[in-house]
Amino acid sequence: MTQAPALPRLGTILETTAAWLLALVWVAPLLYAVWAAIHPTGYATRFELFAPLTLSNFAAAWEAAPFARYFLNTFALVTMVLVAQFVLCTLAAFAFARAAFWGSGILFGLVLVQLMIMPDILLVENYRTMRALGLVDTILSIGLPYMASAFGIFLLRQTFKQVPKELEEAARVEGCGTLGILLRVYVPLAKPTYLAYGLTSVSYHWNNFLWPLVITNSVETRPLTVGLSVFASTDQGIDWAIISAATLMTSAPLLLGFLLFQRQFVQSFMRAGIK
Amino acid sequence: MPSRTTLHAWLMLTPALVLLIGFTHYPAVATLWHSFFTTPRANRPARYIGVENYTALADDPVFWQALWNNLIYAGATIPLSIGLALAMAVWVNGKLQGRTALRIAYFTPTVLPMIAVANLWLFFYTPDYGLLDQITRALFGWGPTNWIGQQETALGAMIVIAVWKEAGFFMIFYLAALQAIPPNLYEAAAIEGASRARVFLRVTLPLLGPTTLFIAVNAVINGFRLVDHIIVMTRGGPDNATALLLTMIYDLGFRFWDTATAAALTVVLLVILAATAALQFAFAAKRVHYR
Repeated sequence: MTQAPALPRLGTILETTAAWLLALVWVAPLLYAVWAAIHPTGYATRFELFAPLTLSNFAAAWEAAPFARYFLNTFALVTMVLVAQFVLCTLAAFAFARAAFWGSGILFGLVLVQLMIMPDILLVENYRTMRALGLVDTILSIGLPYMASAFGIFLLRQTFKQVPKELEEAARVEGCGTLGILLRVYVPLAKPTYLAYGLTSVSYHWNNFLWPLVITNSVETRPLTVGLSVFASTDQGIDWAIISAATLMTSAPLLLGFLLFQRQFVQSFMRAGIK
Repeated sequence: MPSRTTLHAWLMLTPALVLLIGFTHYPAVATLWHSFFTTPRANRPARYIGVENYTALADDPVFWQALWNNLIYAGATIPLSIGLALAMAVWVNGKLQGRTALRIAYFTPTVLPMIAVANLWLFFYTPDYGLLDQITRALFGWGPTNWIGQQETALGAMIVIAVWKEAGFFMIFYLAALQAIPPNLYEAAAIEGASRARVFLRVTLPLLGPTTLFIAVNAVINGFRLVDHIIVMTRGGPDNATALLLTMIYDLGFRFWDTATAAALTVVLLVILAATAALQFAFAAKRVHYR
C-alpha cells in the first residue's frame, strides 16, 4: 500500500512506449509501400506531405503483367485445396477420434510426421512424382501435396474428441448412420475449428511460393506469388512505385479480409482451442 | 460390431493416407534411395555410387557455409520470434491504450505473402534512398549501407524479416493461452501481495508451457523452411552469405539440375528435422503436461 494508484507507474509508461514503437516498426514496411504506390515515381523516396496522389501505378502494374489470370489461378488453387482439406481431414480426424481400431496410434503417429517434414522440403522428389504423373505445370500439382494435412487432421481430431458421446448415441437412436452422425453432430460443433483452420490454410496457400515456383512455368498456372516475383525481377527494373502497387494489389484481398474480420479471425483461433 | 467399425475407419482414412504417403513418406524414403545414385541424364541412367554424393557435399565449402548459416538463422529467429510473440501477447492482453490497433499492427505481416514482404523490405534496405539508411543517417549520421549486398549484414537482414513475419502469428497462440488462464489464479496471487514480475514468472509462464512447445515446433520448422524472401532478395548471395540448406536444395535441384546431390542434401535436412523433433518430444514428455 505504498504506491499512489492514480499515477501510472514508470514501468507502465515504458511498456506502452515499447509496445507502440514495436507496432510502428511492424507496420512501417507496409505504410512505406502504400506511400510509394499512391504517389508518382519520383516521390518513392522523398516524403512531402502534399505530394500529388495518383492511382496510375496500379493501372500500370495491372497492364504490365497478366495479374487477372494470376488472381484466377490463385483463387482456383486456394478453393481446391481448402475443399479437399476439409473433406479429407474431416474423415480422417473422425476415424482417429472415435474409432478404436488396432494400429490407430501408430497410424496417427505416422500422420504427425508431416507436421515436421512438410512437402515444402521434399520438392526435388515431389517434382519427380509430378513428372511421372504427367502433372507438371498444372494447378492440381501445386495443391496435391498439401491436401492431406496433418495439421488439419490433428486439430479436428482434438475438437471431435471433446464432443460428448451422449450426443452421438442420441443421433444413433434416431437412426443416423456413421456418416450422418459425422455431418449432423460433429461437423456443426467444430465450426470454430473449421474457421480457424480454413483461415490458416487460405493464407498459407495464397502466400505459398517455393513449390509453386518449381512446379509451374506458364501464365495459365502461375499463382499470384510466382507471378509477382516474375514481374518484379524481369519486367520492371527498379520502378518502386509500380512494384509497390503490384505488391499491394496481390496482398490486398487477404489484407482487407483480415482488417474487416480481424476480431473474428483472432477469436476463431482462440475458440478452436489452438493453445 | 468391431469389424464394421474398423472397416469404416479404414474407408475414412484411406484417401488422406494415400496422399500423405504419396507426398510425405514416399518422397522422404525415395530421397534417401536416390541419394545413393548419380543424377539420371537423357543418355545415361542413374548409377549406384554409394555415399559419393555425401562425400562430395562434405568436400563442398558452400555446404558447410549453408549449414552454418542455417544454424545461425534458426538459432536467431526461433528465440527472437518466440520472445517477441510473448511480449506482444502480454501487451495486447493487458490494459494498454489502443490494444486493438496494436494487435492489428502485430498480426498484419502474417497475412502478407513472403514474396510481397520481400519487395517491401527491399525498399527498406536499399542503400542511400532506402528508409533504413534515411533513418540511420538522420539519427546517427551514418553513410549509405548496402544491407543485403554485403556479407556482414546480409544474413542479419534476412533474419530480421523472418522474425518480423513470424512473431505476430505466434502471438495469437500465446494470446489464446493467456485468455484461458483462470482469473482466480491472479486473484490469489494478488491477495498474497505478489509483484507483477513474480506473478508472471510463477503463474503465467509455467501455464504457457504447452503453448511454448507448440510454437517452438513451428518456429524450428520455419527456421529451415522460411526461405522465400532469400530466394527473391539475395539468391543466397552475396558470395553464399545467405545460403541456407533449402535455398541450396533449390539451387542444386532446379537451377543446376543436380538432383542426386540435392537428394543427399535433403537427407541431411531431414535428419536435422528428425533429430530436433526427437529432442522436443523427449523434452515435452519430461516437462510439459499435454493431454
